[in-house]
Amino acid sequence: MSQPLTATGFMGLDSGLSQGVSLVWTMPVASATASSSETPDQRRAAWMAAAQAGDRRAYEKLLADSVALIRAAARRQGVAQDHLDDVVQETLITVHRVRHTYDPARSYDAWITAIANRRAIDALRSRGRRDSRELHDEFALDSHPDVDDASAATESGQRAQRLREAIAELPPGQREAVEQLGLRERSLSEAAELTGRNAGALKVNLHRALKALRERFHGES
Amino acid sequence: MSDLRSHEALIDRLGTDLVPVRRLLPPWLRTVGWMLVVAAVAAVLLMHYGAEPMLRRWAGTPDLGWAGMGAVITAVTAAWAAFALGVPGRRAAWAWLPLPGALLWIGASGLGCLRTWIAPGTQVASMHQSADCLIFIISFSIPLSALLIVLLRRACPLRPVLTAVLIGLASAAASASLLEICHSFDAAATDLLTHALAVAVVVAVNAAMGGRLLSKA
Repeated sequence: MSQPLTATGFMGLDSGLSQGVSLVWTMPVASATASSSETPDQRRAAWMAAAQAGDRRAYEKLLADSVALIRAAARRQGVAQDHLDDVVQETLITVHRVRHTYDPARSYDAWITAIANRRAIDALRSRGRRDSRELHDEFALDSHPDVDDASAATESGQRAQRLREAIAELPPGQREAVEQLGLRERSLSEAAELTGRNAGALKVNLHRALKALRERFHGES
Repeated sequence: MSDLRSHEALIDRLGTDLVPVRRLLPPWLRTVGWMLVVAAVAAVLLMHYGAEPMLRRWAGTPDLGWAGMGAVITAVTAAWAAFALGVPGRRAAWAWLPLPGALLWIGASGLGCLRTWIAPGTQVASMHQSADCLIFIISFSIPLSALLIVLLRRACPLRPVLTAVLIGLASAAASASLLEICHSFDAAATDLLTHALAVAVVVAVNAAMGGRLLSKA
């Protein structure tokens, strides 16, 4: 009786097992040398296996390599640009403390992303708590009666800030197009006159800018 | 980029701290370890009470046997799920693993109440005797939960409260299974109610305290 119940319950549960052997690659050798046929995830898995055995060089390479993964995970959770580095540091410290829980037969990226997600949520929560504690103004308390409203306002503020930063980082031509056509709502001919560029170039720049922004914020909201 | 430099400094510091670690055993093997402890307790109880009364009760009323088996399955699967959730990157869907066992356990015990005949060699428990069951389940759950918490503190449960609920379920189900060995009552409504109450208390206490204990890990 226990076998079929356990088996069916188990099969659908774990990606590593339900997708068969595809995710369970061969145990990486405990060395820091990476061959070209490896995926980045496999390379990191091999580094972590070496780090668990005490290989400092592999460990430092792994952690440096992980920063981008952590930032991406934190950004997906909605952490503001200025706080990404706090999440990176917290996650690296956690990774150091729990490095023995990593199983080299499984995905390293999934492992570290789970930890980064958790730290990102912790950061957002503690931020939300701090922000709600800092509301002392009577009027502010009245107009924001509960935490939900306050955190939603903070969140939309953060989103606007991130969008402003993203626009500021666009190449000058694209930024100009977004500012004139998108934000100031000028017509194509007005914008062309103001910037001294032709309408076709403005259109192309706006299109490219929107594409870049979409790519940057993809999956964030 | 001062942030980049601060990351480098942190990585350098962590690298200096690096010592070889012993890898965590896979969740199923850790479950086996915990179940061995439960099995040892069961062996002691069986030596004291003998298997005969339990088997006679089960032969007379199969639903009690099914309920006992459901409790054992729940204990194993809940512990397994808790250990799986202790490893970052494993899916939260693991928490559903004990569901089939729990349904069998609850369903078969509930069926016991609808029966009109009584299991041979047993009686329907009085309120006072039911209280003994409550004390039995809770007092066995405490060390079993504590053991699971200690084992999971070595892991990294990223969902501490969910993991603590599973710990509570595993230890309550294991205690209820152990109770089967020395239980001389039929599954009457009063008895079932105390069992349900005991399980609820164990799960709730774990959720309230265990979550905090685990997240400090």
